[in-house]
Amino acid sequence: MPEHVTAVVVGAGHAGLAASHFLRRRSIDHVVLERGEVANSWRHERWDSLRLLTPNWLTRLPGQSYDGPDPDGYMTSAEVASFIDRFAEPAPVRTGFEVTSLRAGDDGFSINGDLRARAVIIASGACNTPVVPAFAAALPPSITQITPHSYRGPADLPEGGVLVVGASATGVQLAAELHRSGRKVTLSVGEHVRMPRLYRGKDVLWWMDAAGVWDQRHDEIDDLERARKLSSPQLVGDEKRRTLDLNALTDMGVELVGRWAALRDGRALFSGGLRNLFSLADLKLARLLDTFDAWAGDPSDERPEPTRVPARPRLQLDLTGGEIRTVVWATGFRPEYGWLDVPVVDAKGRLRHDGGLVEGVPGLYALGLPVLRRRKSTFIHGIEDDAREVTDHLADSLLGRSA
Amino acid sequence: MTTADNGVNVQALLDARQALKDAPEAAQFTWRASSRWDHGVHSTTTIEKFFGLGQEQTHKAQSTFEADHPAVFAAEDNGITPIEYLLVGLAGCLTAGVASVAQNRGIQLRSVEAHVEGQHDIRGILGDGDVRNGYEGIKVTFNIDADASRQEIEALVAQSQKRSAVFDALTNPTDVTVEVA
Repeated sequence: MPEHVTAVVVGAGHAGLAASHFLRRRSIDHVVLERGEVANSWRHERWDSLRLLTPNWLTRLPGQSYDGPDPDGYMTSAEVASFIDRFAEPAPVRTGFEVTSLRAGDDGFSINGDLRARAVIIASGACNTPVVPAFAAALPPSITQITPHSYRGPADLPEGGVLVVGASATGVQLAAELHRSGRKVTLSVGEHVRMPRLYRGKDVLWWMDAAGVWDQRHDEIDDLERARKLSSPQLVGDEKRRTLDLNALTDMGVELVGRWAALRDGRALFSGGLRNLFSLADLKLARLLDTFDAWAGDPSDERPEPTRVPARPRLQLDLTGGEIRTVVWATGFRPEYGWLDVPVVDAKGRLRHDGGLVEGVPGLYALGLPVLRRRKSTFIHGIEDDAREVTDHLADSLLGRSA
Repeated sequence: MTTADNGVNVQALLDARQALKDAPEAAQFTWRASSRWDHGVHSTTTIEKFFGLGQEQTHKAQSTFEADHPAVFAAEDNGITPIEYLLVGLAGCLTAGVASVAQNRGIQLRSVEAHVEGQHDIRGILGDGDVRNGYEGIKVTFNIDADASRQEIEALVAQSQKRSAVFDALTNPTDVTVEVA
């Protein structure tokens, strides 16, 4: 006899557990299925020095805030895992339960063939698999390649030069860390989001929160597709609250090159469009700071120096000459949906959903994806509103009311 | 919503973007040019037909382009140098982008002028293996008069580069096949 529950949540990270929090409040019986342990990716898929981009006071989950001694600090991965552990205590989590198949039928869903549910919330994460360009497979064998999934620290890499690809938070943090380890670092920069750590003496994410930028809803955003694939802002959870933008990296001695466009005869070929990427990021940052000033009702002339363009950015780099020994792919992640036996993933591998309501499959929901319902959905504290609204919809649907 | 009129049918472009999401095969275009050697380094290239939206298409009229080298290259100067055609393409593409983005953002343009300079060390094409054949660098300077702040105008120019086919073709490598039929 298959087991029956009303709802199944896939994934016991912050998103799945927030869903469980609201399902419990509504007394909807459910289980949270977790392939590994609670907060699995925070324990096993993060590098050692990683800290959250959001300050501790902002890192909150439904009914649980930071209560430690350093509200302006930034949690380590281990601290995030403990924070989520505490949140998980009352949740009906089944660890070591890997969902390998999800089918939809007339009377609900079937999980792995032996668990039935009327509703399913997919909260399996946005960063399951690192994305690397196809030409990665053709790099010279003398080059060590690593992704942030398996990178733990500089000691994992051979001595010698490193090419870090991608200028998201991950890319700039790893470039800085590898540079500090004594290696020569080249950073290949694509589209990126520039931010100062502090603006007018406050954490830039305080401004994002206070000025309401993060509250913008998914159905109010002009180009939602673009907003959902934006890379993470160039920030680091640094104890000294330092800015880690491209100028900071240039000052350290990191060499900037354009987007890695192609591999030819063992050479990396970089785009010559670096200047415009800098302009785009600088202009976008200026507009963001203008938004903060407008909200504050008080203009400021505190503006970061424009991103400095290298005198002659290199357009190619010989990967066979020994200058580069390692390539670090900080080129993003994608969610893994191979276990979904329902046609809800588009040609680019993205889940088709409207604010967490999976299109065409009533009873199937998603949580914990970038800009799911609001700009803040990407961050831990953004889950509360999303999880409440998605579980509200789920509950109303079970009762036969359309939300 | 907007009263700006730069003569760009942005709605048609937005509609096309939406339509092509469901029919990506219709988005496959092939642009074609045919050239014939005239004499010396002078050649004539004509362009008339292309393929797109799933079928053969024809320009309203055939266009003819003369390419030659200038007198300082000991040639007859029957037309511009081939590498100058790249400047024509870049200026045309970026300017079209500025007009389209301005239309989409409701910004009325009064004048848009671009000045394009390509730095070229010709020792490369003369056989010096340490110098590349093509441009060392290209610089485009826009003079734009519009109902917009300087920041908005800079954003127009930045977005135009971001969506420019020719800017991409010049800044990124392209796989080029040349063969004898």
